[in-house]
Amino acid sequence: MAVLNPLVAQEPPLVQSKRPAGVLRGALALGRTRIGLGLVIFIAGIAVFGPLLAPHGPADFIGLPNQLPSGAARFGTDHLGQDVWSRFLDGGRTILILATAATLLGLALGTSIGLLAAYSRGLLDDVLMRAMDVILAFPQILLTLVAISTLGPSGWLMVLAVGLTNMPRVARITRGAAQPIVERDFVAAAEAIGVPRWRILFGELLPNILSPLMVESSLRLTYSIGVIAAIAFLGFTTNPNGADWGLMIQENFIALVVQPWGVVLPMAAVAMLTMGTGMIGDGIARAAAGIDRSRSGE
Amino acid sequence: MATGPSGSASGSISTLIPGGPSVTAAPGMARARNPIWGFIVRRLLLGAFVLFLVSIVIFVATQALPGDTARAILGRTATPASLEALREQLHLNRPLVVQYLLWAGGLLRGDAGSSMAAQEPVTKLIGDRIINSAFLVLCAGLISIPLSVLIGSYAALKRDKSFDVAASLTTLVFAALPEFVVGVTLVVLFATTVLHVLPAVSLIPPGGRPWDEPIGMILPTLTLVLAVTPYVARIMRASMIEVLESDYVEMARLKGLSEWIVIRRHALPNALGPTFQVIALNLAYLAGGVIVVEYVFNYAGIGGALRDAVSNRDLPVIQAVALLIAGLYVVLNLLADIATILVTPRLRTRL
Repeated sequence: MAVLNPLVAQEPPLVQSKRPAGVLRGALALGRTRIGLGLVIFIAGIAVFGPLLAPHGPADFIGLPNQLPSGAARFGTDHLGQDVWSRFLDGGRTILILATAATLLGLALGTSIGLLAAYSRGLLDDVLMRAMDVILAFPQILLTLVAISTLGPSGWLMVLAVGLTNMPRVARITRGAAQPIVERDFVAAAEAIGVPRWRILFGELLPNILSPLMVESSLRLTYSIGVIAAIAFLGFTTNPNGADWGLMIQENFIALVVQPWGVVLPMAAVAMLTMGTGMIGDGIARAAAGIDRSRSGE
Repeated sequence: MATGPSGSASGSISTLIPGGPSVTAAPGMARARNPIWGFIVRRLLLGAFVLFLVSIVIFVATQALPGDTARAILGRTATPASLEALREQLHLNRPLVVQYLLWAGGLLRGDAGSSMAAQEPVTKLIGDRIINSAFLVLCAGLISIPLSVLIGSYAALKRDKSFDVAASLTTLVFAALPEFVVGVTLVVLFATTVLHVLPAVSLIPPGGRPWDEPIGMILPTLTLVLAVTPYVARIMRASMIEVLESDYVEMARLKGLSEWIVIRRHALPNALGPTFQVIALNLAYLAGGVIVVEYVFNYAGIGGALRDAVSNRDLPVIQAVALLIAGLYVVLNLLADIATILVTPRLRTRL
């Protein structure tokens, strides 16, 4: 373990000198972060408040199938004669909740494992990271499909599967960012005064790697939304009676030539949501690394 | 081993190497001759071990989750006789370890079991589809890899100029979009709603091959290219910028080499090294992307087969396809590791 050594010429470079609040402020100064935030707030607003505004229930039959927009149905009817607009307003909650839960689960597990690996070094580090490599061999959508193959698509199983595939990716970033921190003197000082291991991990190391974790969490959220929407698009939904953006696209894909709105509306929503989270992540990454225009000339 | 050092030479060496004369001399000589072989053998063993663990993950996720697997597959309406028949076919009434060994042993002999939906061997069912999917991934890879290296390098050379800014925003947006959104958007734009110039489905005639219908390949390939290129291009740009700021590139410029030679001889090879890993990861990612893309375009590949198998709860097919895709990742990762070592001589000193 690291030993306090007053003779060491210099501290390892202060890679994490920026505070998370400063990084967020810097990110908000960038145009792309603001656009991304606007998109996410807009779509999340539809997902959260949409069901309150829907003129019809998501499973109400209001007319003939695949009708184009008219006075009765603002965006026409879907393949069964249900109101496209109502189903669109109703279909965002599931994606948002499942993707957020899966991201949080992946962050919690991945951060813990990454911190433990970086701090322990040696055998435990090797074993943990090789175990992460095994999960990394599965594309996210593949492991999720395999997981729901026998038990069927239930919400907790989707969160568990997508969360588990987020875990190794978060763990790698965490470990990489925490490794230089472990060498710092304040960690050795904490060890010397007998701070328990879990408090060193979460009280001393974690606060110093928040910037890369923020970047990673927005990336994980982007991909979690994509995977969960794609699973629904493949026809596996947690809520067969309700509406779901991914499922809506699949259901109405066949009738695309006749009635495009059932596909276009939910697809635009998914696209704007993932673009938004992606842009926020890029903005935070730029602010954290200081690669914005003003600093590139230094 | 054909190391065979002469008696007198080995005697003199052993006095210089601490820790036993006859034992250290031979491996020491072998290592001096070719350190890469040891590295490759170690990586192969590790790869085989990872494959073994991957197969366990697949087995646990499909066959060993808590609950009655047979009932979960057949549903509540299943008769006791059909439940018993399924348990017999999948060996579900044997201990888990035996179930795994029967499955894995069959795979090693090239027998992946029988599809429960199609009542034919899995290998026969997905054999042709493997070729179709491989062709799709190959097309997408052959286009997207050079394209992304080109875009990434050019953006790095034109850093902060308009091309770089435009490329950065475009790649950012496309990297965030799920593949199925890209695929369906292409269908809306080129096949159904806006224009009607390309087929919306790529039906492969029975007994035919995807290259018999090249026009049907365009949209699926384009979808995968748009999904993968942004990511590799961004890594390539970052890697190239780092190299362009290095001392040896400055040195090459200072001694008056033309910019083209600086880039081609000094910058590009060094920037490609770290990108190999990313390219390998992305080819594997392409293999995952085919699941959704093949479904969008009704393309007869393993991705579409997997989707149908999950829908039918056809366990043997799910297990075989999942192992194939995850195994591809392990193999590509292995190749990337070896390729990185081969193109980056300075890494060999650490072997």
